[in-house]
Amino acid sequence: MTRLTLRDLTCRFGTFTAVDGVNLALEQGEFVSLLGPSGCGKTTTLRMIAGLLDPTEGTIEMDGQLISSPASALPPEKRNMSMIFQSYAIWPNMTVAQNVGFGLEVRRLPRREIDAKVRQILDVVRMAHLRDRYPAELSGGQQQRVALARAIVVQPAVLLLDEPLSNLDANLREEMRYEIRRLHDEFHITTVYVTHDQAEAMVTSDRIAVMNQGRIEQVDEPRALYARPRTRFVAGFIGRTNFLDGEVRGEEVVFDHFSIKLSRFADPATLCGRVSFSLRPQSIHLHRQPAAASGDTCVIAGHVVQRAYLGEHWDYAVRPRESALQLRVTARPHEVFAVDEPVWLELDPRQMAHIV
Amino acid sequence: MSTAAEARSYRLRWRHLDKSLFVWVLLIGVLLVLVINPLARLLWASFQDGETGALTLGNYAVAYGRWRYLEALGNSLVLGVAVAALCTVFGVPMAWAVSRTDMPGKGLVWAAILGTFIMPSYLGAVAWILLAGPNAGWLNRAWMALTGTAAGPLDVYTMSGLVLIVACYSFPYMFVFTRSALDLISSEMEEAAATLGAGVVRTTLRVTLPLTLPAILGAFIVEFLEAIALFGAPALIALPGRFQVMTTMLWQFFEFPPKVEVAAAYAMPLLVITVVLFWLQRRIIARKGFVALTGKGGERRPLRLGAWRWPMLGYCLFVTSLSFFLPMLVVLHAAFAKAWGRGVALDNVTLHNLKFVLFDQSTTQAATIHTFVYGGTSAAFALGLALAIAYIVHRRLVPFGGTLSYIAMAPFVIPGIVLAIGFYAAYTTRPLVLYGTAWILILAFTTRFLPIAYANSDAAIRSVNPELEDAVRILGGSRRLAMRRVLAPLLKRGLAGAFILVFIPATRELSSAIFLYTTGTQVLSVLLFDKSDEGNFEILSSIGLILVVITVVLVMLGFRLVGRDFMLKRTTA
Ligand SMILES: Nc1ncnc2c1ncn2[C@@H]1O[C@H](COP(=O)(O)OP(=O)(O)OP(=O)(O)O)[C@@H](O)[C@H]1O
Ligand SMILES: [Mg+2]
Repeated sequence: MTRLTLRDLTCRFGTFTAVDGVNLALEQGEFVSLLGPSGCGKTTTLRMIAGLLDPTEGTIEMDGQLISSPASALPPEKRNMSMIFQSYAIWPNMTVAQNVGFGLEVRRLPRREIDAKVRQILDVVRMAHLRDRYPAELSGGQQQRVALARAIVVQPAVLLLDEPLSNLDANLREEMRYEIRRLHDEFHITTVYVTHDQAEAMVTSDRIAVMNQGRIEQVDEPRALYARPRTRFVAGFIGRTNFLDGEVRGEEVVFDHFSIKLSRFADPATLCGRVSFSLRPQSIHLHRQPAAASGDTCVIAGHVVQRAYLGEHWDYAVRPRESALQLRVTARPHEVFAVDEPVWLELDPRQMAHIV
Repeated sequence: MSTAAEARSYRLRWRHLDKSLFVWVLLIGVLLVLVINPLARLLWASFQDGETGALTLGNYAVAYGRWRYLEALGNSLVLGVAVAALCTVFGVPMAWAVSRTDMPGKGLVWAAILGTFIMPSYLGAVAWILLAGPNAGWLNRAWMALTGTAAGPLDVYTMSGLVLIVACYSFPYMFVFTRSALDLISSEMEEAAATLGAGVVRTTLRVTLPLTLPAILGAFIVEFLEAIALFGAPALIALPGRFQVMTTMLWQFFEFPPKVEVAAAYAMPLLVITVVLFWLQRRIIARKGFVALTGKGGERRPLRLGAWRWPMLGYCLFVTSLSFFLPMLVVLHAAFAKAWGRGVALDNVTLHNLKFVLFDQSTTQAATIHTFVYGGTSAAFALGLALAIAYIVHRRLVPFGGTLSYIAMAPFVIPGIVLAIGFYAAYTTRPLVLYGTAWILILAFTTRFLPIAYANSDAAIRSVNPELEDAVRILGGSRRLAMRRVLAPLLKRGLAGAFILVFIPATRELSSAIFLYTTGTQVLSVLLFDKSDEGNFEILSSIGLILVVITVVLVMLGFRLVGRDFMLKRTTA
């Protein structure tokens, strides 16, 4: 069942378009990330979903009901959502327990039930021993957990998180990623998670929506997003990659001083004219001898231009023969090649993602 | 069919509508009543014929057609410039001594300046009548006793007397402005000059002083404006002295039958001068680059004055004696004396005056209560209104927020007396007749001190992250709940201070009250002024003393709540 639908959602500040025709549908219980560089409109989108900001164009529907449109918007307090803000927004005048219990108080639950639920959720986020502290007496990570507990305890229809981990140190951030996913697996709340950290999005999300300059470039599952980026921006933003530009001529795709048979590609029918591909460094293999090209792969001669040893792997820059192109290749630690050494690159055209 | 759809769409919109919008619209209405309408009516009245209501320039012709009226205008300008100059002479050396030197007794000087702040200037005028009244004044009598002459040299009922009194009660602004500027200059800048071989005097005159010049200039303008807008002290001194300034002239236009239209026309230059000079002052202060504020982190070593420490302290004590010690002494004496002229003697001491004011006489008793009630109510109104406006401006709840904050700050550049005439013009006639009720006083005070409340509220709201409220709303709380449970507790302390900052001037306000009170609605300041005709200085001093005690209590409360910077805020507001 579809819980939340954004249709052509647009937000302008004066002449500046912060969010530009965003379309997105979330299933009940789904965890979707909005991933994108700073200033691409993630917070603005989230605030529109929350009802804290009215769209300039487009609509938002929840469970089939219109909740936001340029003409009118349901106030945030009537949306049954909750949100974790970039600043956490923990109320400094209330203790941890009061912060967490507030949403339940607003819902007029009996005192005993509130206490029980607060205790339970504080156990879940491992904050039970700090329930009577004031926020000023908590560390950043603890504050963040209070914010989480406060948002989850009301069992909202939709949970919105705005870069909740951005203020934490690296270790804690890694730990909290898994914690957020764990909580989602426990409570199955429909969640929109905003971040500019791809690893965070990969760990937590069912699907990721990559945003750039106010637009969604691609929505996909994490693996598909990595393996099959559809635009140059997405390919570059999610992990490292090589871009190859070529042209379809007859039965071949011609690149800079080498070419690959059209039929080898995953979806040859869609290729024509000038084409671009993204090829991950892990998808290229280096050999000293011209390897017997199997049915799937093809082999290109070249030489090593640069190398760097990074402990877990080698990072090579390889130039195909006579080509101006430099390809980055990731190799295992024992695959050692010297600079200027002639090598053969083995690559699988079906792993080359056609991008626009 | 389409009408059904329409109805549904309206219902949807109604359900979606943030109902608090109505509150904001209402507030804007209140602001119109308090600020815009009086000003508009003032301007309108100045062009209106008193009897026929027709458009005319006649009021201006009357207001500026007589030598007497023009002379009063000239007197005001003389008073303003002379007061500002004397304030500079008083305030700048003291600020320098307290901020930069190793002068002893700084605490005492600071306390005396605070004491000066606390005395309303009209009480100061009463005290100076006791001190320097022709022949009977304490100083004159001391002089006669010492020299054996038959007549004292001092006469307070003159322009120079008035200048001295007004300067005594406005120089603290000069002191505070200059001192804050001096506090920002590091010793390194001075020492840099010293290493180049400049002596202390040269360093001070060539480096320190020029760096503080914008602040001094700004304060000079503020002093000038204070002086020309003042009503109490000039009325107590100039009227018996048989000369007029603008404010006393305005008052005379209100003697029966009131010539509101002429008064409005006559008030225009006061308004225009104030607006222009405040604009100029802002420009001067804004040129901060000149003040070289880099020295904040720099170490500050007090300048060694050597043997000059004592003369410097002497000067500070001399000035504060004129403004605080002597006046306070004579007021205290008179308040507890059977007859002040009989001097200091045990059999001359009585509690009768205070008892009379507080308990025996119903008018004075009522006035005491009014002072509290009106002051408290208007402080609460001003603060509530200011807070609401600051809130809607910062949360962008209405599209023209910037204009609202301008309107809220506008009374800052309207002299109290001009505002009072505006209120009189606006609310003595239908549709809204407030004259004769307490409301006109309360609302006038509210308007008059709205800028203080607004400046404080604005700073307070600014300090609260809006996401704290968003968090309440997304969890299901209304905007009202967010204000009650989150915003209000966070603002509480700061706003208590702001409340007191409005309450203090509201309890002693005279210049607008004098135009708007009626027999049932007297406050202490008005009463004091009224009783000055009778020449009963023991009662006047008692009333003044009560006002001082009220203020002291409030200031102490402010210290407790907000801390030592408390009174400084008032001047920067
Ligand atoms: N109230 C506003 N008025 C004008 N411009 C705004 C406003 N709010 C946001 N913007 C602009 O809209 C764009 C998107 O802002 P937004 O806060 O959504 O970015 P973001 O993706 O959340 O970035 P970050 O990762 O840095 O939080 C930015 O360029 C920002 O400057
Ligand atoms: Mg953001």
